[in-house]
Amino acid sequence: MKNRLKVLRAEHDLTQAQLAERLNVSRQTINAIEKGKFDPSLPLAFKAARLFKLSIEDIFQDEE
Amino acid sequence: MTHNEPEKSWKANNCRDTKSLAKWTTAWVVTMAIANFGPKFIWQENELLTLLAIVVNLAVGVGMILANKRHLAGLDELQQRIQLNAMAGSLGVGLIVGLSYSNLDVTGLIGFDAEISHLVIIMALTYMVGILLGNRKYQ
Repeated sequence: MKNRLKVLRAEHDLTQAQLAERLNVSRQTINAIEKGKFDPSLPLAFKAARLFKLSIEDIFQDEE
Repeated sequence: MTHNEPEKSWKANNCRDTKSLAKWTTAWVVTMAIANFGPKFIWQENELLTLLAIVVNLAVGVGMILANKRHLAGLDELQQRIQLNAMAGSLGVGLIVGLSYSNLDVTGLIGFDAEISHLVIIMALTYMVGILLGNRKYQ
């Protein structure tokens, strides 16, 4: 699954640690999601969408 | 974008759970040592004290299990996945290697007794390797 998390984070001038704090996860998790190594759960994807005031599809895209 | 602080920092909760688990684990190891060495070195084989030490060790062990459960529940989803994979590896290796080791003992192919402590060491090492590999995979 592709995602725009890194771009959105940069647009909002947030570090990985700051975004992790806001989403209540570890920095390692943010890093793994940004690198496409780990797909977040639906609740975490919703949380990110709420934080950036976007829809889930605006952040995460299915690669198929 | 909202900049509200989360109600209680995930990091703080994680830190509290880790410290709690460390305390329970230390207490369990200490009570285990007392239950093992106490009869010989402290209370000269008094059966009542030995039984009491074993019961205390068991009770502290239950506390450690609950602390571990809280710790795991407080991890985030990636960390839980790493833990799950490490524990699956540890359980699988423990079962397979443990039974093969037991067979070696039962059939007399090894000249010493297959001790449960050897199995615990294998499982602990497998778990640690699993955690290291999991963390490296998601770096």
